[in-house]
Amino acid sequence: MSVELKDIIKEENIVYKKTPVLTDNVMHYCPGCSHGVVHKIIAEVIEEMGIQDKTIGVSPVGCSVLAYNYLDIDWAEAAHGRAPAVATGISRIHRDRYVFTYQGDGDLASIGCGEIMHACSRGENIVVIFINNAIYGMTGGQMAPTTLLGQVTATTPYGRDAKLNGFPMKLTELLAQLDGTCYVTRQSVHTPANVRKAKAAIRKAFENTRKDKGTSFVEIVGTCNSGWKMSPVDANKWMVENMFPKYQLGDIKDI
Amino acid sequence: MAKFRGAVVVDKEKCKGCNLCVVACPTKTLDLAKEVNGKGYHYSEMVNPEACIGCASCALVCPDSVITVYKMNVE
Repeated sequence: MSVELKDIIKEENIVYKKTPVLTDNVMHYCPGCSHGVVHKIIAEVIEEMGIQDKTIGVSPVGCSVLAYNYLDIDWAEAAHGRAPAVATGISRIHRDRYVFTYQGDGDLASIGCGEIMHACSRGENIVVIFINNAIYGMTGGQMAPTTLLGQVTATTPYGRDAKLNGFPMKLTELLAQLDGTCYVTRQSVHTPANVRKAKAAIRKAFENTRKDKGTSFVEIVGTCNSGWKMSPVDANKWMVENMFPKYQLGDIKDI
Repeated sequence: MAKFRGAVVVDKEKCKGCNLCVVACPTKTLDLAKEVNGKGYHYSEMVNPEACIGCASCALVCPDSVITVYKMNVE
């Protein structure tokens, strides 16, 4: 039996298409960047929960500074690292809204380390999406607090040296110690299975906001293939071999 | 013969040719085209349409959300 492609490509046979929460703008991210996948799964969660008009995002400084161009929800732009402080203000005034921050590792783990610590310590009713790609992507691939030992970056041309540059920071484990956090997890988006798991984690985080449980923290270990100077496929392999032993995937805290 | 047939439609002009969908595809349906799009990227396309099972793995890992997946029962 032969089935023509035109028989399959029909409206009623669609099993997957771009969610309307994502705008039609072409993303400015490099080819293969993890940001695009994470934007997509956040948009899908928002669509599935039907909270598009009730969600307020706080975008950071970094590559994802322009996230407001891609998700069709309300946004606020925070100063570098201060997204949790801005989200605190928004969530305290608008108690019925779903407030989330979207931050990279340079924004959250370095410059905004104080803000995220205290927001989690206070247990603000927000969701924090933390993209950890072990590098400052936007500025050209400098060392971040999460850069692995031995990893070559623009500012550590001979590899990160613990004596000189300190050790990589496992911020997610640190935040799990704080009583204000209700859900702390680490996910990745390099395979279809991991994308599904990450999406379920983000969904759970937004459900926690609905239940007013406290701060939900979702770390996504991602790639920065441009900053790492690799192809997108090689970057995923490098991440599995080098990042995952240090940043183990899975739920760290769930109460 | 497969019970389900699928089809993938890629928005050629928005595709950045990152190759992640090609690697994610379990049936080797997709590959990068020899031609380039308006931005100079080798976009993704179906090179082996009969193999597609409509699992949507390609669309899940696509960072630019340019893939639409269709699936139908051909029993």
